[in-house]
Amino acid sequence: MIPAGFEYHRPADLASAVGILRAHGDEARVVAGGHSLIPMMKLRMAELGHLIDLQAIGELKGIEIDEGRVTLGAMTTQHELIAHEGLARAIPLLREAALQIADPQVRYMGTVGGNVANGDPGNDMPGLMQCLDARFELYGAEGTRQVAAREFYEAAYFTARADDEILTRILLPIPPAGTGYAYAKQKRKIGDYATAAAAVLIGEGLSSVAMTNLSDTPVWSEEAGTALAGGDIEGCVEAMLAAIDPQEDMRGPIAFKRHVAAVILRRAIDSALSRRA
Amino acid sequence: MSKMHIKFTLNGQEVEGLAEPRMLLIHFLRETLKVTGPHIGCETSHCGACTVDVDGKSVKSCTLFACQADGAEITTVEGLVNSDGTLGVLQEMFREHHGLQCGFCTPGMITRAHRLLQENPTPTEEEVRFGISGNLCRCTGYQNIVKAILAAAGQLNSHKEAAE
Repeated sequence: MIPAGFEYHRPADLASAVGILRAHGDEARVVAGGHSLIPMMKLRMAELGHLIDLQAIGELKGIEIDEGRVTLGAMTTQHELIAHEGLARAIPLLREAALQIADPQVRYMGTVGGNVANGDPGNDMPGLMQCLDARFELYGAEGTRQVAAREFYEAAYFTARADDEILTRILLPIPPAGTGYAYAKQKRKIGDYATAAAAVLIGEGLSSVAMTNLSDTPVWSEEAGTALAGGDIEGCVEAMLAAIDPQEDMRGPIAFKRHVAAVILRRAIDSALSRRA
Repeated sequence: MSKMHIKFTLNGQEVEGLAEPRMLLIHFLRETLKVTGPHIGCETSHCGACTVDVDGKSVKSCTLFACQADGAEITTVEGLVNSDGTLGVLQEMFREHHGLQCGFCTPGMITRAHRLLQENPTPTEEEVRFGISGNLCRCTGYQNIVKAILAAAGQLNSHKEAAE
């Protein structure tokens, strides 16, 4: 399990990292925690000439909680996210979801930025970020821009991020106090991706529903959210089942996945309703 | 690809060596530094036999390049002995409670348990099981592994109380 050779870079700031990306084009990739990319490199499914390690870039670190808004540095690890008490009070949905990702060792290394930027439909954070209406900040040679999580995902591994841009921060509105929340996930074993997972928020004038690993992108459905806001749980489940497009794989045939999707979504809704104040 | 000069602190000692950028930390530890406590099990980030402590984090050293660990502080199971070379509390409790059968997963289990008890000195059984969920025992000997970790927690806490 030895990857093909590459040159290693550890830039100390964002501008240098983007400079290296631009110098080497699609030969270069950035690595955050590496727990998606390095396994792919070992399988030689990802081959690259230049690996740009983001670990020394201070601008990509840190969790900030301001009036009504949370900002997560892209290099925030799942472990740091779980351990942060202020964050768990502001947006408890994040901790609930992160605890269901992979295993402890992977959570020490795996980052929020890597999870959302990778574009793997199996990753949990993209659907979660769509549910929470996050915005992603991207830094490139032309400066900084923001893209809504709900507009970021185009297809499996294809996102709105350009090859020479780096995802730097995730901006999240804090849901109003008393908002019910839940992240429910069905997986075959610890460390597996979801057979189906659902992120749900139910609050005053705001309900939002997104699902994971049931299409080639995360699925956020406005219709499902509107039905839920009106108290129509069956309507919400129906709208979501119309929006997903699961494919048969080793996690099961399509009919099974649709069944699991409905079960998991109902569980998440029940749990979110029970927590609503 | 030319080799890089890698330097880090391993079990309290400065160590260094040459490695191609693509060399995984587990291979650098075992083959270059001849530190064979951490084992290669699945080599696909699943089994946890290669777990080492890197800057206070439990890390699967098959999923980190040695160059990424340049400058880090690393502890392996060898570093968890007492200063006089006798078995540390966790190691002793694994022996006493038969926390190892074939022993292959043991270095990863003990290194992971070390970090778990640093972060949560009084875990419940459920917290121990959740905390070692990234480590597989192919003998399925989890019962005694959990017992050993809980016993080690008890001992470490009573040592701490005695010291205070």
